[in-house]
Amino acid sequence: MNFMELHQLPQTYLLLAAFLLAAGIFGLMRRRTLIGMLISGELIFSAAMLNFVAVNRFFAADPVQGQIFVLFIMGLAAAEVAIALSIIIAVYRNYRSIESAELTELQR
Amino acid sequence: MSSLPGSDVLVASIFVLFVATMAAGALLAVSTRRIIRSVCGLAMCSIGLAGMFYYLGSPFIALMEILIYVGAVCVTIVFAVMLAEPNEPAAQARGRRRWVWGAAATVVSVSIFLGIGRLAFADGWPARAAADADGTVEAIGVALLSTYSLAFEVISLVLLVAILGALAIARIGRHRE
Repeated sequence: MNFMELHQLPQTYLLLAAFLLAAGIFGLMRRRTLIGMLISGELIFSAAMLNFVAVNRFFAADPVQGQIFVLFIMGLAAAEVAIALSIIIAVYRNYRSIESAELTELQR
Repeated sequence: MSSLPGSDVLVASIFVLFVATMAAGALLAVSTRRIIRSVCGLAMCSIGLAGMFYYLGSPFIALMEILIYVGAVCVTIVFAVMLAEPNEPAAQARGRRRWVWGAAATVVSVSIFLGIGRLAFADGWPARAAADADGTVEAIGVALLSTYSLAFEVISLVLLVAILGALAIARIGRHRE
């Protein structure tokens, strides 16, 4: 495994996808605002997409299938971002805060 | 890619550049305290990821990644940041609990990375399948409008419902004010 053929090895891409997933989960646990958690969720989506395209490129017979699946993931991610941001803005109007620790009305 | 004398080195270097962009963007997105820098990190990460898709032989997905993530998702998040309170609050008095929580997050994410990374290097991955149709834009378009046409229509319906739902939720929040 040398430097020149790094981009032709499936392990490189799988390792990078694992890195993205780990970064996203780290952010989900550490972030305390809703927008930060949303961004971490997008990183996890990106990890899934990279994994799909890599496995599709290296191990699948039909190279179209995985790309179309990734297109659908992107569409769903866009819909999710639209909904999540409108919820975040509604929450901010009611609570004057998007800190996840503040949203404790049901605990009282 | 053999016409130019040093082109192999060039190709590998550009790949490493994309990898570095993606990793730096992901780290920036999860580690900085200002949300706007975090959005910039997400944009960097998406650009690096688009380069990776290009190297994986799917330039259409790479363009879509830039168009949707950098062009739509990041811009929408920036709008939300302008409407809501942006930054992470400063660390409060309970420093010890926060430190423990950060350590727990680090341990969990590092162990996930190591576990999945080991899985990537394990044996038992199948060899590359022989049947090799081309994954060009033309093939994607044909498949999208023939084999996957139902899913294509359903996802357009999902997007429509999502837009309507986002509008409705934002309006309700405004009425309660």
